[in-house]
Amino acid sequence: MGKFSKKKDSGTPAISTASLPDIVFMLLFFFMVATVMRENGEKKVMVRMPSADQVKKIEKKGLVSFIYVGKPIPKYQAKFGTEPRIQLNDAFANVNEVGPFVLKEKAAKREEEKPLMITSIKADEDVGMGIITDIKEELRKVNALKVNYSTKKGSVEQNFKK
Amino acid sequence: MAKRKLQEINAGSMADIAFLLLIFFLVTTTMESNYGIRRKLPPPEQADAPPPPVIKKKNVLEIVINGNDQMLIEEEPADVKDVKQIAIDFITNNGKNPNYSDNPQKAVISIKHSRETSYKEYISVYNELIAAYNEIRNRYAKQKYGKPFDKLTEEEQKVVKDTYPQKIAESTPKR
Repeated sequence: MGKFSKKKDSGTPAISTASLPDIVFMLLFFFMVATVMRENGEKKVMVRMPSADQVKKIEKKGLVSFIYVGKPIPKYQAKFGTEPRIQLNDAFANVNEVGPFVLKEKAAKREEEKPLMITSIKADEDVGMGIITDIKEELRKVNALKVNYSTKKGSVEQNFKK
Repeated sequence: MAKRKLQEINAGSMADIAFLLLIFFLVTTTMESNYGIRRKLPPPEQADAPPPPVIKKKNVLEIVINGNDQMLIEEEPADVKDVKQIAIDFITNNGKNPNYSDNPQKAVISIKHSRETSYKEYISVYNELIAAYNEIRNRYAKQKYGKPFDKLTEEEQKVVKDTYPQKIAESTPKR
């Protein structure tokens, strides 16, 4: 039996880790795809969104323009105070800049996508309705009538727990 | 010179590199939840628009919220958790209670708030009103088609929506 010599039994064979990189890469790709790098850079206002349960998910993120409303973050409070402010893209803005901002976003989209545009208001739960009303009036003036009030998913009772 | 065999690259550290990247993405990932309440704003006011039709007072459920987040529904103090039931009673009244709506098609809910009302109060009340409409529509859909509202076809949904139209009016507070 010279040719077929029996292998010597060398204990339990080591588990091959050759496929480990593949598994890790798979996970890596998943997270790379799922990650949303914040497109409008720095956040300059603090937003803690209220909770609601009658919510819908926004499907087409590309067609949404975001308006942030909240108190400036501590870094900017010396300059801009603690009153709620509006943030468009990555700069503070006045209410009358909301209309032009939405129109500019709309102009960059393809013709067939324009009617599907949504304006999402991400406002802090403690801001007054005054500033929200002003934004809504501005949006009405430029005919951007589809609005989404961004909320967390949860029961409204969470809004009143302190 | 002797032909050297091509050396194989050791791929053992590949896993480490991949793990490093993986951890980076794990840390930076913010699964941004894009949930929200949809709302269509009324079109801008036209100067030559005809005056709005007169609506009977009983067909309007008047919700007033003041700057301290206190709420009056039809001049009675109310809490957020009562809003849904009151709205359901109001919409599905069909003329039973003389103070509530004649029928669901005529029922209008009006929200008045001040500039100092907090956003969370407004969202909460709004959420409850939508919840009331959703519950009524679901109930009707089950009774008529035997399926919940969002399982219906588009035409069937339209029938349900026309039977219980969502009429929520907001008035803009004056400066």
